[in-house]
Order: sequence, then structure tokens, then C-alpha cells
Amino acid sequence: MSETLIKARDLSVGFKIGSGFFGKSILKAVDHVDIDIEKGSFFGLVGESGSGKTTLGRALLKAVPITGGTAHYADGEVDYDLTTLAGPELKDYRKRAQLIFQDPYAALSPRMTVRDIIAEPLEVMGLTKTREETDARVREIAAKCRLNLEHLRRFPHAFSGGQRQRISIARALVSGPKFVVADESVAALDVSIQADVLNLLKELQRDLKITFLFISHDLSVVAHTCDHLAVMYLGRLVESAPTREVFKAPRHPYTKALFSAIPSLDPDDRGSAQKLEGEIPSPTNQPPGCKFHTRCPFVVDRCKVEEPVLEHPGDGHEVACHRWRELADTLAA
Amino acid sequence: MSALIEVKNLTLKFRTDEGLVTAVDDVSFTIDKGQVMGLVGESGSGKSVTAKALMHLNAKNAVYSPESKITLHTENGPVDVLSLKTARELKVVRGGAISMIFQEPMASFAPAITIGDQMVEQLQLHGDLSKAKAKAISVEMLDRVGISDPARRFDQYAFELSGGMRQRAMIAMALSTKPKLLIADEPTTALDVTIQAQVIDLMKDLVTEFHMGIIFITHDLGVIAQTADKVAVKYLGRIVEEGPVREVIRNPKHPYTQGLLAALPKLDDLDAPLTPVAGDIPSPLERPSGCVFHTRCPKIIGDVCKSKLPHDTQVDGSHRVACHLHTEVPA
Repeated sequence: MSETLIKARDLSVGFKIGSGFFGKSILKAVDHVDIDIEKGSFFGLVGESGSGKTTLGRALLKAVPITGGTAHYADGEVDYDLTTLAGPELKDYRKRAQLIFQDPYAALSPRMTVRDIIAEPLEVMGLTKTREETDARVREIAAKCRLNLEHLRRFPHAFSGGQRQRISIARALVSGPKFVVADESVAALDVSIQADVLNLLKELQRDLKITFLFISHDLSVVAHTCDHLAVMYLGRLVESAPTREVFKAPRHPYTKALFSAIPSLDPDDRGSAQKLEGEIPSPTNQPPGCKFHTRCPFVVDRCKVEEPVLEHPGDGHEVACHRWRELADTLAA
Repeated sequence: MSALIEVKNLTLKFRTDEGLVTAVDDVSFTIDKGQVMGLVGESGSGKSVTAKALMHLNAKNAVYSPESKITLHTENGPVDVLSLKTARELKVVRGGAISMIFQEPMASFAPAITIGDQMVEQLQLHGDLSKAKAKAISVEMLDRVGISDPARRFDQYAFELSGGMRQRAMIAMALSTKPKLLIADEPTTALDVTIQAQVIDLMKDLVTEFHMGIIFITHDLGVIAQTADKVAVKYLGRIVEEGPVREVIRNPKHPYTQGLLAALPKLDDLDAPLTPVAGDIPSPLERPSGCVFHTRCPKIIGDVCKSKLPHDTQVDGSHRVACHLHTEVPA
């Protein structure tokens, strides 16, 4: 049995918005989510914009405050309760948990050399004592991210998108983290380079024993890289299972719709897919019952009033849908 | 089919502090009425610059070669786009015969002017319309692209709409002047897959209904397969392969096209390794000699690739490729 690195129960993140006559209202970005991320896994988190996937990732990094539930991080050396983590322990957690950003053009300071960009976390966190030590560490991680010495002397503007993303990765990994959140890390890249960055992330996961939380809206990318897949909709977790299980037989109509929406490479297979109507509702004005019922092709009256909970059928394939058993054959087809 | 726009030997360089940078190199293609052409390539391949040239929209430091020729066929006869100078002359193409939709719809709407006012403004610029008439057309167009409650949306600002809605409004605005050619520059890249599917469907419907030509710029071959009739693959400013979409996707001839297809994650085989196109795209300041792709090509033959520019070879019908692998006459 493998160990769990991140364990969250009933995790909620709410933001106070507005200050109207009736007091403040709360925007629930992440709503009672249970999540277990196994050590050494490549955990995929998918959903449309506004589904709360980024907020969940940030909450696990303790970059936004957790407003409800519990979250624990245990890597064998330390065991942290993320809801109360503070002071020197929080500082230590920052070394262990890191983030790779989406846009490699915006994430790198144009005024710093690549060497300084990668070295900055070491200096800020005080991980190295001498300049020689810093340089050695920077060179080591840069080599792992396929950057050479010549690259380190230059400024970010001289690099292509793929190279810049490799610099961002090196910067995130220089402190030797155990847990890395990659938030849409290939979304801004061309397909030709996307494959290169994905392969690099997989390689780093294996070599450095890093656990990745890979956030993406692109199911085809997730399918190829992640061992485990969790799908979010309006702050809720609607399905969670090993990637292959989800691909073989999705259990939630939303997951099925996400698959159908991927444009087929076959020019003769146009428009055969089942399309999802409408858009994700605003998180400040959530529908009652199942959050997905306004767009679900299989909606029944029960869905409009009663919210389904995430069921754990025992085969490791969790789903939150009232009708998943009866729809199983339809959705697997 | 009659030609709508003909591009011949288009070469475009930008004057910069570091010298002349070639963005488009000897590009030729034709788009017929009602035809959708996909333009694929990595960032830096000159896709957007090519499209902007059709509207003479490139920055002032753009230098067109004397051989470059863009001919737009209108009801009043052919127009030589590159010879147009003043804003007045250019009105024929800009927003008149040709409209453009952009990748980032938020950046394309003025934030402090309502969607409706922006639509009315451009309609009045291009036609002798009363404000009431222009509003009627705009609301109808918003309705046509699937925006619910169009009369209310007409009075809203861009920030009040969701991403998918904004892109629909952008399309409505671009189509309200009834262009002959629509340039769609990565119109779905910033959207979620579900919304992307809706926008693709919408665009397909609109081609049938309005019978216009479309240039669809994207780096996603899946989107091309779903929308285009023909496709041109660009690399460092050159078209390396062009042909009917089925031909190019099923039977790609150029190693670059093959590489782009291999790099796509495939859903029917999750075990297949992802194979990136090796190496990085060279800086436009250091254009490789010979075939521009030779620095990354896995099938390089030898010195001929490094020294000699391959010219177009007809593969089959209208399928053409520029690669030395195919220029040699079979024995």
C-alpha cells in the first residue's frame, strides 16, 4: 500500500465578496472536497475555468486560506496540519511544496538572468550558505531541466516558450520540493513543445521522487501523464479514479462531456460528439441540487433538489451522481 | 469555385534594431468563396503576420518584397490590397470585405464602451445606416450567434460577459458587416474545451449560412480537422505543406507535419509515448540556410537540406510539399 502525501477532508475555501445591505456574501470556490494524493503519483485535476481547480491547488500549497475542513501533508519526515500551519513550520513547508505557473512569459522577471531567477528561491529561503554552493545547486537543477551553462547567463527574452517553461520548472524545483503543483503548465505552449515539457515533468517525477498535482483543462494531456484523475465542477469533486478507469468508463456525465468535447483528429468524424450546452454557472449564484443539473443531458427531478455526495463504491472509482449506476452503460459506450 | 483571395509570393520582413527579420517568406495560397483554410504552425511561424498582411494591418516597420501580391476579388472587381495606402482606401478591406476575430476577446473590446455601441459604431462606419437600423442588425447578429437575451447583452460591457459569450459577441461583431473573408486568429485557444466545441459548431454553421471564406489560425490540429477544408502548415515563415485536410492529416508528407501530428496526445492509445518535435524553433534572427527546418528534422538527407531551399512538389492533386525527400525524382 502506498502512502498518502496529501489528505484533505471536507476541504472548503470561501472568499468574502461585496458588502451589501444584507451583509457579506461568501463565494465558495472549493466546496467540501475530499482528496487523497499518493506519494510519488502524478495526480491530475481537471475542470472548466471557474471549477475551483486552481483554488484547490493553492489551498494545498497554503497560498489561500482554508476556510473549512482539514488538510494534512505527511512526507515521512514531517507531518503538517495545513489548516493551522504557521511560523517556522510554514517556512519549512514552502521548501517542500512549490508551484509552477501557467504562463512562462509572465512568470519570469525580464531584468534577471536565468541564473538569478533559478537561484532566487535558494537565497530567499536561506538554503545555501555560499555563492559557490548556490551556483552548484543551480547548475545541477538546470542540467536536469535540460538547460546548459550558456543559457544561465542570458535573460528570459532570449528564450522560446518551451525553454522558458523549463526555466520556471527549474526555479520551482531548486529548493528540492516533495510536492509540486503544476497549474496549466503546458496550456500556453505549442503542441510540439508541450510534449517535450510533459516528458520532462514525468522524468523529474521519477528521478526526484516528486509528487505532482497537475491542473489542466485538457483531458488528452492529463490522460497521457497522470496516474490518477479528479474532475471538478463548481467547487465540487464529481469524479475521482485511476486515469485508465476514467477513460474506459467515465461515471459522471460531466466527465463524459469533457471527453466528447475534445476535437477529433479524424476529419470525417465531425460533429458526432455529444456537446455540452450552456456554460458553467457563476459560483456566486449556484444552482440548487446537483450543481451540474442545469447542463446535464440526463437530469431528473431528484437532481434539481438533492445534491449527490461523492460515493466510494469500493473499486476506487468515486463519483457524485444520483444516476451513475443506471447510466454506467450509456456513459461507457 | 471562384477565388476569393489570392496571395502570391508574399515576403514580409520587419525592420528592427537588430536588422531585417523575415516573418513571411515567399508564401502563396488561394482561398475560394465558402472555403475554410486552416493555417497551422508553432508560435513564431508567421501565421498571424500572414493573416494581418491580408488586411494590410502590420506595423509600420513591415517591409513587403516587390514580388508580393495580394488580390482580393470583390463585386467591383479585383483589389490589389498591398497598393492601398490611406485609411479611406483600406476601408474596403478592413472590416469591409475582411473581418478578423482575435484570440483574446477581452482585449479586443473597449472596456468602457458597451458591446452594442461598438457594434453600431463599426456598422455605421461601413454603411450608410441609421443608428436604429444598425442596432437592429446588431441585436439580430447577437441572437444569431447564440447569445440569449441579446437586447439586454447589447447594453452590457465586455467584462459582464463570460469568456465564451465574449467570443460569440466578437464573432457577431465581425460578421455583422457581412465580410467575404473572416480571419479567425486562434479564436478558441483561450476557451475551455466545452465552449471551444460550441464555438467550432457555430463557425461551421456560419460558413454554410453566409458562404464566406475563413482563415482559421491555430496550433491545434484537432480543431483544424474539425473545421477546415484545406490546411497550410507553416514553419519559420514558409508554407512547408499544403493540401486538402484529409490528405494532410492522414498522409502527411513533410517531416514537420508528421512531427506535429505525432506530438498530439492521442486518446485511443494512452500508452503511446509523446514525441515532441526535437529542439527549439530557431530565432528569426538566425534563420537556418537551406531548408529552414533542417536543424530539427529527424529525416535530414544530407548537405542538400543545409544548403538548398526545397521548392514545392506536387504530391497528389492539390497536395504540395516543400521537402528534399520528395523533390528527388524516383529512379
